[in-house]
Amino acid sequence: MRRRTVLAGVLGSTTVAVSGCGSPSRSGPPSLDFLSLAWQEESVKVNKALVEQWNAQQSQIKVRYVQGSWDDVHDQLLTSFEGGAASDIIHDEGNDLTDFGFGGYLADLTTLIPASLRRRIPERTWDTARLGGAVYGVPFLQEPRVLIANRRLLEEAGVTVTDSADAWTWTEFEDVCRRLSHRAGGAARRYGTAWPMKSPVSVTLNLALTNGGRVLYKDPGGGPSQVRFGNADSAFAELVRRQVVQDGTAPAGALALGGGDVLPGFFAGRYAILPLDFSYRQQIQQQAPEGFDWVVLPLPVGESAPDGGRAQGVSPQTLSVSAACKHRREAMAFIDFMTSTPHMVRLAQGDWMPPTDAVALSDPALSTAKLGWSTGVALAGHLAASPALGVRGYAEWSDKIATPALQQFYSGAIGLDSLRRTLVRDGNRVLARYRS
Amino acid sequence: MTGRRMPASARGARRRRGWGRAAQYAALLCYLAFLAFPLLWLVSTAFKSPRELGSVDPSWLPHHPTLDNFRKAFAEQPLLHAALNSVAVAGAAALVSVAIAVPAAYATVRFRTAVGRAGTVWVLVSQAFPLVLIIIPLFMVLKVMHLIDSRPGLGLVYVVWTLPFALWMLQGYVRAVPVSLEEAAAIDGCGRYRTLRSVVVPLLLPGLVATLMFSFVTAWNEFFFALVLLKSPEKQTMSVILTHFLGAEGAADLGPLAAASVLATLPSLLFFALLQRHLVQGMLSGAVKG
Repeated sequence: MRRRTVLAGVLGSTTVAVSGCGSPSRSGPPSLDFLSLAWQEESVKVNKALVEQWNAQQSQIKVRYVQGSWDDVHDQLLTSFEGGAASDIIHDEGNDLTDFGFGGYLADLTTLIPASLRRRIPERTWDTARLGGAVYGVPFLQEPRVLIANRRLLEEAGVTVTDSADAWTWTEFEDVCRRLSHRAGGAARRYGTAWPMKSPVSVTLNLALTNGGRVLYKDPGGGPSQVRFGNADSAFAELVRRQVVQDGTAPAGALALGGGDVLPGFFAGRYAILPLDFSYRQQIQQQAPEGFDWVVLPLPVGESAPDGGRAQGVSPQTLSVSAACKHRREAMAFIDFMTSTPHMVRLAQGDWMPPTDAVALSDPALSTAKLGWSTGVALAGHLAASPALGVRGYAEWSDKIATPALQQFYSGAIGLDSLRRTLVRDGNRVLARYRS
Repeated sequence: MTGRRMPASARGARRRRGWGRAAQYAALLCYLAFLAFPLLWLVSTAFKSPRELGSVDPSWLPHHPTLDNFRKAFAEQPLLHAALNSVAVAGAAALVSVAIAVPAAYATVRFRTAVGRAGTVWVLVSQAFPLVLIIIPLFMVLKVMHLIDSRPGLGLVYVVWTLPFALWMLQGYVRAVPVSLEEAAAIDGCGRYRTLRSVVVPLLLPGLVATLMFSFVTAWNEFFFALVLLKSPEKQTMSVILTHFLGAEGAADLGPLAAASVLATLPSLLFFALLQRHLVQGMLSGAVKG
């Protein structure tokens, strides 16, 4: 992320006019490069199969599958955009659209999106890819956060398994975690939950929505975004700190870990409930010991918050078209093909994430209770654009200000006042240098 | 029988030397274990099943060794093709880099001109630029030369990338070659080129091998240039292919990633194994008397 900030700065001072298109210019039918970031075995298979299917059906526009990687994708794209050699169709995530959309690297799809595709995806989901009135990507997969719990430990503690219609409140969740925690020493020590906070900023912003907070507030007039940290904004962060520092129902050691890193402790019964992204089910399914009984629960809801406290922020996966692409209509036709309802169902299954297509969400393959699909699908209706989306300067604010401040707060090194002062005062200085 | 007994002070000194030697070996063993740990852990991980990888008590050796990770890695990614690409690009870059660095190092050491000194300082300064500062201008230059998405283009970048350090390494080795040997060759009628080829280069062999290894391994492991400059799937190198086992937010398909990583270390190890005996040969011993 630090490199991202530096690279963006270098670009700001580089004024080289570059023209051209991602795919090499050739005579004959246009050929488009599709940069895919699919990485799980099933997902790669589905993406490749759909590209083959497209090429078999289309004699006029051929698409070449280019395998990308989430690792360093921002820097890779930025360099290839600047050098005029980016792929024509780009798979990425909503957070990146801000820099690339405002930077003029992505095509505005507003007039290109077919009416049928526009109808398939709810308007609030389009908001995740809309910046300053322009649409820079088609959101096709989205990932809510859920609770994944050890069913045996819940039953032993007499905790009732909830469903989407009757999710716990955050207060109830704290009570449950206290009941599930076990204060014996050594390996017998058990925590009600664990908060893997390797990326503390996105989690804090997205889940602040459950209490009606946002932390980052965009200026509708196009001015710099504002950081605020009122009671609703800080309620989620305070809860995590309370569990780690005060109640001892979540281990401090897990704060520096990623979602996958806490799974061994979950399988061993050290953590009873994990708040994780929905797609971690795939890893759990693959790695869980034989007979391990796990269940997916909805994320707890905020009290007295809009949307019944069910709202949470997401940065969806998107398909965009490079601004340098000479065949935008053809690229859009391919995106329309990839995001047709049956294809979105296949892509969702491959990536273990809910699709954005409202009809695809009701497909029997996804609305099943098996592997917790129905719980995640039920949350899809409450997903909103992450507060980070469309905020210029977010990467710098996140890297330099918010990440270290939140890490210190969650570990108990600083208090709420100090966190608020850093996030707001220092943060607003950073954001003031950017205009939306 | 009367034996001469060692004085107590000598015995004490000998004992102290023995303890000192034991401590040295112990420290060396600890250091070797420290260096070997990541590789051993990688190999162990490559043979573990997903369930074993998810265990909270990881074991040194796999309880139920499996080749599934290797099968999966080969099935999902074109590892062999990527390895051949890496060998071609890294091998060519290392050879060209050394071929340029040898005469350059010789010239800058033996001909002490202002231009030579300035060039050496500039080479050193060029190492101070971070990657992110040069990648975009470099991309532009390569685009003009039609070397984007091209293995020769990537090889050229690696030559430029490894050349400064190769030059600095070889300068040290050239300095160690006694000038008197070159003077003797000159008396025997050798010109500069012949002296370099027949006298200096053979004496530089350990240095050449070390520089070749350094350049090869640097190019073999390099990731970011390869990621940015190569787009076509059939041209991608091993370091880029390995990242295809990584997902967003640090998620990873750990087993196949470890299996592919083990395979990715083999060419480097092979390269070392083939060349290391040249690295330890001291060809200068006895070259100059007095």
